[in-house]
Amino acid sequence: MSNLQSAALPEQPVSPAGLRGKLPSLSGRYLWPLLGLFCLLAINLVLTPEFFHIEFNDGRFYGSLIDVLNRSAPVALLAIGMTLVIATGGIDLSVGATMAIAGAVCANLVVSGVDSVFVLLVAGLVAGLVAGAVNGGLVSILGIQPIVATLILMVAGRGIAQLINAGQIVTFQHAGFAFLGTGDFLGLPFPVVLVLIVFAAVQLLMRKTALGLFVESVGCNAGASHYLGINARAVKMLVYCIAGLCAALAGMISAADIQGSDANNAGLWLELDAILAVVIGGASLMGGRFSLVLSLVGVLVIQCLSTTIIMSGLPPKFNLLIKALVVIFVLLLQSPRFQAQMAALFKRVKKQPGRAA
Amino acid sequence: MKIIQRLATGLALTLCLAQSAAAITVGFSQVGSESGWRTSFSESVKAEAKRRGIELKFSDAQQKQENQIKAVRSFIAQGVDAIMIAPVVETGWKPVLREAKRARIPVVILDRNVDSKNPSLFVTRIASDFVEEGRRAADWLMQKTDGNCNILELQGTVGATAAIDRMKGFNEVIGKYPNAKIVRSQTGEFTRTKGKEVMEAMLKAEDGGKNICALWAHNDEMALGGIQAIKEAGLKPGKDILVVSVDGVPDYFKAMADGDANATVELNPHLGAPAFDVIQRYLDGDHNIDKLITTTGGLYTQATAAEEYAKRAAK
Repeated sequence: MSNLQSAALPEQPVSPAGLRGKLPSLSGRYLWPLLGLFCLLAINLVLTPEFFHIEFNDGRFYGSLIDVLNRSAPVALLAIGMTLVIATGGIDLSVGATMAIAGAVCANLVVSGVDSVFVLLVAGLVAGLVAGAVNGGLVSILGIQPIVATLILMVAGRGIAQLINAGQIVTFQHAGFAFLGTGDFLGLPFPVVLVLIVFAAVQLLMRKTALGLFVESVGCNAGASHYLGINARAVKMLVYCIAGLCAALAGMISAADIQGSDANNAGLWLELDAILAVVIGGASLMGGRFSLVLSLVGVLVIQCLSTTIIMSGLPPKFNLLIKALVVIFVLLLQSPRFQAQMAALFKRVKKQPGRAA
Repeated sequence: MKIIQRLATGLALTLCLAQSAAAITVGFSQVGSESGWRTSFSESVKAEAKRRGIELKFSDAQQKQENQIKAVRSFIAQGVDAIMIAPVVETGWKPVLREAKRARIPVVILDRNVDSKNPSLFVTRIASDFVEEGRRAADWLMQKTDGNCNILELQGTVGATAAIDRMKGFNEVIGKYPNAKIVRSQTGEFTRTKGKEVMEAMLKAEDGGKNICALWAHNDEMALGGIQAIKEAGLKPGKDILVVSVDGVPDYFKAMADGDANATVELNPHLGAPAFDVIQRYLDGDHNIDKLITTTGGLYTQATAAEEYAKRAAK
């Protein structure tokens, strides 16, 4: 089992030469999060086969798997931004609050009579950009620790959203804006399409320009990057702004989904789900190497789990415990030391009957 | 230092004089304004105080007990005639209640409970009877369906008193009907978003909801999310799947008027009037007051939804 991982881990038994090289180390990174996701799907196949039932109704796909994709859209957007922030060695706790602000801004604009979806989108995104710029400014210009800097907006942001909403849940009727959350495009829920667009855009920006390299470099060693001529401040500012924009989009999707803005609950604790997704995707919180694809796999693991729990019909008091157990399992799967120990255990088990004979 | 002390005494004296001249003063520590229901609750207390000419000192604790304790201490220091507390949590009230008792200021607890073994620390608690709300919702549903019903339940936050008691009351009633049962139950955490997400998944797990007769939600917000999920599953909420819940928020009345929802038990936010009644009785010397006064709102259906919505939305 350790063949694929061993290329990255010299202390492990050397694998057959044929499997070493560029490909194995890459697939080793992808193998474990994906394995976690497949384990979850396999459990579903046994427990609730209807989980995999997909129909094509009224021009859109309909089924639990589609729900998983649709429900994971807000966290997926947060995770895309969070991946970049974490890659620079930072963290953004304020994305949930930013979601609430963007939702509140849009909901209030709709209520006050703004009809153009374009204006609503721009207003929401500007709110997110401002939030991101505040975080970025605190971290890159003032040099405040990211966890503290973004904690400020995490607390204050929800207050700002409550102020915008005047403490109420603001509901609205607007077919165009609701499309963001409930519409469908090419048979897929529109939030999923939005995630794909944002993912493609950010992935191109990171991997087809030098920006991705800059981000990883700043995350590995900001000081060294600075002396190499990389503007570490600008890079940090940029990733927080992207995180803010992604959070705003996520906030607009959630508000559009329920056609209302609930400042107290919109995006509540979702920042933690986003961080968890990035971690399940194998990124280090110390910064450096990142993979947007793996973060999205992490998001799917989390959402698949939530849907599985609901479908399984277990009493809700077990929800959090099960979630924690699965997360531990997935993280253990990825831990090189755990893999080595399991490999050693398997070897011993295999050897012992041989000796007895 | 001395000057400040003198000034303070002088100020306190003037305040006392001013107060004795006016009617009674009541301090009210409210949890915050986290929901529409909470806001109506605060508004009802304020309006009732104004109507009766009571001077109300209102303090919004923003969901923090420490703010509430601070507020109560400042009420005691100001020498109010009575204190009302709508506690955010049950525990940790003993010291500050004792301080109020020592200052001989009667305390009335509103809505949520306080965890106190010593009933002499407060005059009474005025609250909704959550169990009764569950019973009323179930009674309505059983009458409507003649006791034949497969029910999906959206629970409130795990461990919340409102969720536990509403479930208890509801189950108590449907227990008498052998053909009624809750087929699936999950928490929607009292929010619209979660209600929608959970309902969506439950419907899929139940074969698209073909054999489901009703949705029972522990509050209106979750029910409203559930209604959207039912619509998106291609069914008609209010017809194919009956919707019954608790709270009576304006949006839900609108849903009932539109035919998307069927019934709700109102969670009575008008706790102001009974609270001031009790305080008046206590200050007039009647100390023989029940430790729990329950208020349960009526059940509203589609029949009166449109006019109720007009009444509530106007506010």
